[in-house]
Amino acid sequence: MKVLVAVKRVIDYNVKVRVKSDNTDVDLANVKMALNPFCEIAVEEAVRLKEAGTADEVVVVSIGSKSCEEQLRTALALGADRAIRIDTADSPDSLSVAKLLAKVVEAEQPGMVILGKQAIDSDNNQTGQMLAALLDRPQGTFASAVKVDGDKLQVTREVDGGLQTVELAMPAIVTTDLRLNEPRYASLPNIMKAKRKPLDVKTADELGVTVGSNISLLKVENPPQRQAGIKVGSVDELVEKLKNEAKVI
Amino acid sequence: MSILVIAEHDNLELKPATLNTVAAARQIGGEITLLVAGANCQAVADAAAKVDGVAKVLLADNAAYEHQLAENISKLVLSVASGYSHILAGATTTAKNILPRVAALLDVNQISEIIAVESPDTFKRSIYAGNAIATVQSTDAVKVMTVRATAFDAAAAGNGSATIEAVSENCDAGTSTFIAEELAKSDRPELTAASVVISGGRGMGNGENFAMLEKVADKLGAAVGASRAAVDAGFVPNDMQVGQTGKMVAPELYIAVGISGAIQHLAGMKDSKVIVAINKDEEAPIFQVADYGLVADLFEVVPELEQKL
Ligand SMILES: Cc1cc2nc3c(=O)[nH]c(=O)nc-3n(C[C@H](O)[C@H](O)[C@H](O)COP(=O)(O)OP(=O)(O)OC[C@H]3O[C@@H](n4cnc5c(N)ncnc54)[C@H](O)[C@@H]3O)c2cc1C
Repeated sequence: MKVLVAVKRVIDYNVKVRVKSDNTDVDLANVKMALNPFCEIAVEEAVRLKEAGTADEVVVVSIGSKSCEEQLRTALALGADRAIRIDTADSPDSLSVAKLLAKVVEAEQPGMVILGKQAIDSDNNQTGQMLAALLDRPQGTFASAVKVDGDKLQVTREVDGGLQTVELAMPAIVTTDLRLNEPRYASLPNIMKAKRKPLDVKTADELGVTVGSNISLLKVENPPQRQAGIKVGSVDELVEKLKNEAKVI
Repeated sequence: MSILVIAEHDNLELKPATLNTVAAARQIGGEITLLVAGANCQAVADAAAKVDGVAKVLLADNAAYEHQLAENISKLVLSVASGYSHILAGATTTAKNILPRVAALLDVNQISEIIAVESPDTFKRSIYAGNAIATVQSTDAVKVMTVRATAFDAAAAGNGSATIEAVSENCDAGTSTFIAEELAKSDRPELTAASVVISGGRGMGNGENFAMLEKVADKLGAAVGASRAAVDAGFVPNDMQVGQTGKMVAPELYIAVGISGAIQHLAGMKDSKVIVAINKDEEAPIFQVADYGLVADLFEVVPELEQKL
């Protein structure tokens, strides 16, 4: 079985983003970028399926400008076999990404597609579900466990009330949650090896998809800032403040 | 304008997130229809018909909808979608699973987790773990959106008298099956709807120590939450995680115990009215957002707090 993994280049999760002073967007100039953490979990899961003999090839795909090849190389260093970049301007919307991925799926015919449940920049949580809809295939979102059983896939999902397990007919789409696995670190030899693994570039035109959006970003602002309050010296003082000053207990 | 709101429920009860979503729909304006899709869920439809501002309830009662499988429900929504200008649902894991599928089937984008309605086509939402607020405008023919419950005051649950119409469509995609669920049982209020939340982090040390927080919670009628680190370490289950990629809470009072205050955690709780932080490290970032900080060993002060309440 072939596993396709979609990955996104995003701001490093340790970096606190700044809003541009003209309020047009956030400022990503000279900011450390990384593989979206949920995508890293997706790559790790695919590589583990390969190591377990369930998958025989792991293909990673990313959509964006040349800079996202850096994240594709990271995925290759983590164990993916080959990479595809679809050349577009940075951050196309989720629907366009899903349409492009659907074309890649049609060409590659994987048994499973794994994506992160959400990108930590847009916080959208949409692409995997949209891809599943476009392909008319089932989805196991927010996965904390994945088990292949013949042509069926069992996915345990993190839901608001706890955990839910569903069985899906393959090919199926999976999106990862935090507890699915703990991604490995790429070793230096694997980082070197990744430089020689194949990386193909395709354009949206070649795939016959028009990338555009009906959503426009009008403004980006800072959220209301909280002020640090006071330090209390004892539990007594805390209880007194909560009762008489904040009046919340 | 005419708005379809997908009800959140467990076949027995209408969940509070629905009421906040209806409130957002009322701000957009237009006639509101609530879709109740489930199995043996007449009681939910009856409750839905009473929600203030709801003109009509569509009841799709079919075994295929019992577990809210996205493959089936998205097909159902598509079958009734014609004529609506907006399709909304609360930003719960159920709707996050279903709604992007609906959007793609309608060939439109989804606007995730709106926190404000500026006009019928312009909305605010938080991005980058709540470190920026984006205002976005959609020219899509249908606006498909999830709604952050804590950003909208709930519509009243009791005075309306909407008509209930049955939907007989059987939309079973046949590609997914429900196997099992493990749902947390608790007599405490739901985390996302509680007026007081007390959360523990890695500093709690283990799962047993959460009993200290539960005792405080019992005195305050609070829900108990956790940081990702506490969930990852196996102290408590995943449904307790508060944060960017867990649950969003905005109670009157949030008490963070042994939590450092990473941006991903703050994203889920910094809209709380009053924040208390208990942490032994006075440099912990959580103190930058706390109204009242207590620099202390939680193992000493949490039991004391419980006694003095
Ligand atoms: C993609 C991604 C998504 C994430 N999503 C979330 C999310 O949704 N929610 C979330 O919470 N995190 C999330 N995180 C994780 C986040 O970055 C932090 O790692 C996490 O919040 C840390 O949890 P913590 O504060 O409990 O642990 P730590 O940062 O280890 O802090 C523990 C704190 O406990 C204090 N402490 C220890 N012992 C005591 C004691 N005896 N008495 C008093 N204080 C004590 C310490 O001083 C310290 O400040 C995410 C991370 C990533 C990469």
